[in-house]
Amino acid sequence: MTAQLTPSPAACPGCLVVPRDAVDEAPQAARLALSLPGIHCQACISTVEKGLNAVPGVISARVNLTLKRALIEAERDIQARDLILVLTGLGFEAHELDPGVLAATQSDKAGRDLLMRLAVAGFASMNVMLLSVSVWAGASDATRDMFHWISAAITLPAIGFSAQPFFKHAWTALRVRRLNMDVPISLALVLALVMSLWETSLSGEHAYFDAALTLTFFLLAGRYLDHRTRAVARSAAEELAALEVPRAILLRDGVESEVAVGTLAIDDLILVRPGGRMPVDGEVVSGQSELDRSLLTGETLPVFAGPDTMISAGEVNLTGPLTIRATAVGKDTSLHRMADLVAIAESGRSRYTSLADNAAKLYAPGVHILSALSFVGWYLYTWDLRTALNIAAAVLIITCPCALGLAVPAVTTAASGRLFRRGMLIKDATALERLAQVDTVVFDKTGTLTAGTPQLTNLDDAPRSDLELALALAEASAHPLSRSLAQAAREAGISPAEITDIREVPGFGTQAQHRGVRVRLGRAAWVGAPTSAITTAWLDRGDGAPRGFQFTDSLRPGAAEAVQALLDAGKQVLLLSGDTGGAVEMVASRLGITDWVAEALPDDKVAKINSLTDQGHKVLMVGDGLNDTAALTAAHVSISPASALDAARVASDIVLLGQDLTPIAEACDVARRATKRIRENFQLATLYNVIAVPLAVAGLATPLIAALAMSASSITVSLNALRLR
Amino acid sequence: MQVLTFLIPISLVLGGLGLAGFLYTVRSNQYDDPEGDSRRILNDEWDDHPKP
Repeated sequence: MTAQLTPSPAACPGCLVVPRDAVDEAPQAARLALSLPGIHCQACISTVEKGLNAVPGVISARVNLTLKRALIEAERDIQARDLILVLTGLGFEAHELDPGVLAATQSDKAGRDLLMRLAVAGFASMNVMLLSVSVWAGASDATRDMFHWISAAITLPAIGFSAQPFFKHAWTALRVRRLNMDVPISLALVLALVMSLWETSLSGEHAYFDAALTLTFFLLAGRYLDHRTRAVARSAAEELAALEVPRAILLRDGVESEVAVGTLAIDDLILVRPGGRMPVDGEVVSGQSELDRSLLTGETLPVFAGPDTMISAGEVNLTGPLTIRATAVGKDTSLHRMADLVAIAESGRSRYTSLADNAAKLYAPGVHILSALSFVGWYLYTWDLRTALNIAAAVLIITCPCALGLAVPAVTTAASGRLFRRGMLIKDATALERLAQVDTVVFDKTGTLTAGTPQLTNLDDAPRSDLELALALAEASAHPLSRSLAQAAREAGISPAEITDIREVPGFGTQAQHRGVRVRLGRAAWVGAPTSAITTAWLDRGDGAPRGFQFTDSLRPGAAEAVQALLDAGKQVLLLSGDTGGAVEMVASRLGITDWVAEALPDDKVAKINSLTDQGHKVLMVGDGLNDTAALTAAHVSISPASALDAARVASDIVLLGQDLTPIAEACDVARRATKRIRENFQLATLYNVIAVPLAVAGLATPLIAALAMSASSITVSLNALRLR
Repeated sequence: MQVLTFLIPISLVLGGLGLAGFLYTVRSNQYDDPEGDSRRILNDEWDDHPKP
């Protein structure tokens, strides 16, 4: 939301002409975009829109249910964070999206272009079909010739416009001496047009203008579906990825300035405010705070940081401002070394060939050989070039992969649409096919199975007076434990005690005066309490007998159901975590996972997944942290939640948009059924070829048979795919 | 067969009108949110007049 009101001349030369005042008079409204994974109905739309429009400063808000997001025009001082709070209050989960990236992806040029071509092909084929039906119904002589000529006049420009994508792809493939699906398609189209024109000029009986157009129409429909599924997923993933703003606050001679992370150098002093992420590796120069390392290591407990503490890029500063001196920047940071692990794992990943690729590999050469053979055969048999070419064209048209072109996109569109409604984003085209093969599921703990937020467990043990005091102290701090404690106490109907002189001591806790006594809430060592294995915040009432508040990491909604459903489906479920043994064991036993590994380093996770793969298992990895990234890449297929670090999201094939984990089990099931449908579709398409090709080769195919067979097979394939919805 | 000289141009013009209409709807972003549009008709907060 820091877009410049008046662009610099370099960025916008044309803006120089616009007088400055004119810009000031009409302050440009800020456009915000929020991702709303939870919306699904009319009531949601109106609640969200009403709620957002009620916020002062919001000019207009509109929900897009298809993309599950809200676009908001608001005055410039409105922050997305405030709107997210409003929506959370209404019971909707919301994430901020980057409006810059959004603007770039919103007008989907390629998709619109395909849709235009599809429309032209569709309308032209309707008209030509009308004329062709008259020919098939018995129009003869001059009338038939006239109909053919009119068809030619419609078809030639229509194909010239609509079929351009096929011609272009075919040409790029041929230039590097390779074959793809588009080569037989283009050849069939060109041959059909040339043959039909020739036949028409000789007053021939058969012209394939309608076939060429319907073929283009069905194939474009397949392309469009394919594009739509992928474009939606890609743009949504990119917008999520752009969430983290790569900027840091540089301190030079005591002056703060905001700079891009890429320009930082070693020995620069950098200020990191509470809530900020460490941009570089370094050591703390001044300040005291606590660090959240969960995304890097999977540890749930915040770690104390003071002068001389070494910190790694990617850790989150929790309580107090820290000034750090950079010791490693850019590519040398531990964050990047971790990302390099991903690149290594990536190169080791066996390239998965999709079912469609396999089919195309068999198909493209087969069609050409068949068509050439029938041409040669008929030429040798009749010594008539016209008959031989006619039959060769008929073979190419009949075998043209209408149904094949629709078989995969129709199914993936239906399946991804279904999963998207449940809050899952399929990023990779082959992810569904790979997901269908999964027999082992590996979960990360922190941030994946658990929400990463602590939950108070022993609220009922404490007397009311202690709780009132603890609540008052906890509300003065933004520390995760304090916030959780405050929330739990508020929910139990506790009201805070009266305290004065509240002071947060970064890295230790909060202290205040209560009826003339110094009270403290914080770490064990600070209040003189024994250290314990369980995450505990201690309350010191000034009487020397501190009371402990114990916390456990709360499970993500749906975690138990998802694990249970996966186990019920006969899958092996593992838990690999970087956290300590006690914490991991507790979560594992709560979820019924018997197979768990604690204190696993990123390399250990990769090694475990590789050994599972070597045993012939197909592994699904679900994780969110940087320490999972390499494992996500090493696995056969991977899922990460939207709250994950972008490296993890980039590495995974599927992004879970909502908080709920239940869709994971459903996704496996949908994927399995989708793959089954794809195979069925291939069988249907083959069946149609088995019937129609011999007719074509024998020279018995007429344009009517071609049109019937083509439409029938395309429609069957699409209907079969729709059964998934 | 005289009637064909009228019917064929008419069918072409009608088809062309359909195509032009479709292209117009594409250009004016009417397919951006098909799911939402189909739900919005159930909205009971309708008013008697279109918004100015």
